[in-house]
Amino acid sequence: MKKILFGLLVIAGLLSNQLALAAADLELNTPAISALKGSMQQRHGQLAGFYASGAVGLTRDGLIAVKEASAVALKDRQSLNSLVASENNDRNALYKEIAIANGHAEWEAEIRSTFAQRWVQKAQSGWWYQDANGWAKR
Amino acid sequence: MKFSLKSSLKNGLAVTALALLLPACVTINIYFPAAAAEKAADKLIDDIWQLKNSEKANSGEPAPDNPAK
Repeated sequence: MKKILFGLLVIAGLLSNQLALAAADLELNTPAISALKGSMQQRHGQLAGFYASGAVGLTRDGLIAVKEASAVALKDRQSLNSLVASENNDRNALYKEIAIANGHAEWEAEIRSTFAQRWVQKAQSGWWYQDANGWAKR
Repeated sequence: MKFSLKSSLKNGLAVTALALLLPACVTINIYFPAAAAEKAADKLIDDIWQLKNSEKANSGEPAPDNPAK
């Protein structure tokens, strides 16, 4: 009986440990995350105008997409496409790296959907985003 | 004598198994820290989109060009 009680105590101790870990802030200070952040920060200078003109919008899966290619001069469309592709590479890597940095690679999808909501919440008015019904404007 | 040793061994084994298995289940099914993730996302988005620049200046060291000083 005493042993069982002791066992329960041990279990309770281990459980509270897990909960304490889960309640803490997420780890973001890794070289990989800092590098991605820096590269996205820099790229944002080029992307901001495209968000405002509606050429590019925020997607439901935490990425960006060309929404209105006609808002961009024909000669600039190729560079816009590669800008969007690079940004999406960084975003995918960012979600993955955050999950890995916190020891739960399986959290990637949930981190992605959290970001998808927060990008939209923080978007400036006039920017476009995707919801269940398609494109909408902030 | 034999019986009690056996049963206490059995008890011990059962407790050990439980102690090992339960936390393992918790680790696998550990809930996603939604609030912490939201906070982390906000922090990164603020940095990437360079929002809240003024707040950073206020909360950190005093701004170098502070007219009040």
